Amino acid sequence: MQQSREHTLKAFDEDLDRLRALISQMGGLAEHAIGEAMRCLVQRDVEGAQRVVADDKKLDVLEIETERRAVQLIALRAPMASDLRDVVAALKISGVVERIGDYAKNIAKRVPQLENVGKIEPLSLLPEMARIATGMVHDVLDAFLERDAQAAVQVCERDDAVDDFYDSIFRTLLTHMMENPQSIGPSAHLLFVAKNLERVGDHATNIAEMVYYAATGEHMTDRPGKSGS
Amino acid sequence: MNDTAMALRITPAGVSSAPVSTKVAIDIRDLDFYYGKAHALKDVSMAIPAGSVTAIIGPSGCGKSTLLRTINRIFELYPDQYAAGSIAIDGRNVLDRRYPLSELRRRVGMVFQKPTPFPSSIRANVAFALSYYERFSKSELNDRIEDALRQAALWDEVKDKLNQSALSLSGGQQQRLCIARTLAVRPEIILLDEPTSALDPISTAKLEELIHELRERFTIVIVTHNMQQAARVSQRTAFFHLGELVEFGKTSDIFTNPREQRTKDYITGRFG
Repeated sequence: MQQSREHTLKAFDEDLDRLRALISQMGGLAEHAIGEAMRCLVQRDVEGAQRVVADDKKLDVLEIETERRAVQLIALRAPMASDLRDVVAALKISGVVERIGDYAKNIAKRVPQLENVGKIEPLSLLPEMARIATGMVHDVLDAFLERDAQAAVQVCERDDAVDDFYDSIFRTLLTHMMENPQSIGPSAHLLFVAKNLERVGDHATNIAEMVYYAATGEHMTDRPGKSGS
Repeated sequence: MNDTAMALRITPAGVSSAPVSTKVAIDIRDLDFYYGKAHALKDVSMAIPAGSVTAIIGPSGCGKSTLLRTINRIFELYPDQYAAGSIAIDGRNVLDRRYPLSELRRRVGMVFQKPTPFPSSIRANVAFALSYYERFSKSELNDRIEDALRQAALWDEVKDKLNQSALSLSGGQQQRLCIARTLAVRPEIILLDEPTSALDPISTAKLEELIHELRERFTIVIVTHNMQQAARVSQRTAFFHLGELVEFGKTSDIFTNPREQRTKDYITGRFG
């Protein structure tokens, strides 16, 4: 749902744009962090993984900056209707994106544990799962920037694929652990990685619900022809 | 007239959110108003619920003050101004010339943008309105004056100087005195036309608190340029533009999720 025109007060638009830019920047960092953590996992790049862990602080700083700007915007501009919903959505989304960054950090922290482990089958499935989950994050933040409720709905629909990956990896790892009890340690780590990626998909879905509400003023569960999300 | 009809009715363009079944205080139907040839209100229909605050918002010249002037027929004082349609209070059309103006004035009080105290004592300001309609004994009159000033949250500030000139009061106090004067005759409906636009923030807050306290005992219609004020004091909000009622609904809906594009543009500050 596009806004029809700019605010009479231009500074209001600038403030809203800055807030959106911050969310966009956070999304880019979180997406990159997940991608890097997965690359490090696959390539056993321990140094790279340490950088991912260190870089997470940037997301924490941006989250605080987003909160500061959102509160300032509410206090100084008194946003109404769609503007108010956008600001509240930005505030909530920044918290969720920061959490996605934490999952990337969590994955990166497991890389040293897996450094000397040989090939375990799910290692070839996990990058694809990560690609879908980060794709959801990327697209849902685009939907926020574009105020595109329909795109948000489509992101939600992709979460099933992430869940299917998780179920499949879970079963594979369980079988692997039963057959190779000596690999229970690294397999458990991979199970957590899969769980983290599954949570990234869930968080993208949560963001999609926020975007939908911000764009339409309706909750996604109440949309026509839908009984629950 | 159906007093317990749906309290939110709307022109075809607008959408009301979940209508509430409550007593209708002012039932406006198909109202048109003209200043000479200028068509100032266009086919306005709205049912203003009793015992709550309804805010009227919209840009200058949208017809919001005209609506108040029509409800209490002040416009009749001016030539070339006329209204068509009906405004029913208790099932009777107050636009009907046979509806006694004195009864309408007693039932519908109005407070204006700038305080309009009479250049006489505080007591006389309130007593004047009372004596206009009824004769009271001195003690009854004093009781009614105190009652009105207490309801207007002014008593404690003026009880020791009731014989001083009303013009010695601050702007905010003068405005509350005007409300006391209105309340003294025990109206059912109070029309407020930008009542705080000439007041400082503290006086404004006091007046808003007063509106909040009065809201269940009276039907209050407030015209305001200040959207935050509309959001703060009202339970329902109507948005007017170019003489049309664009949208009328619960205040919480209008300010978080308006339906009409013109409402969205206006309340988010995008009106070009």
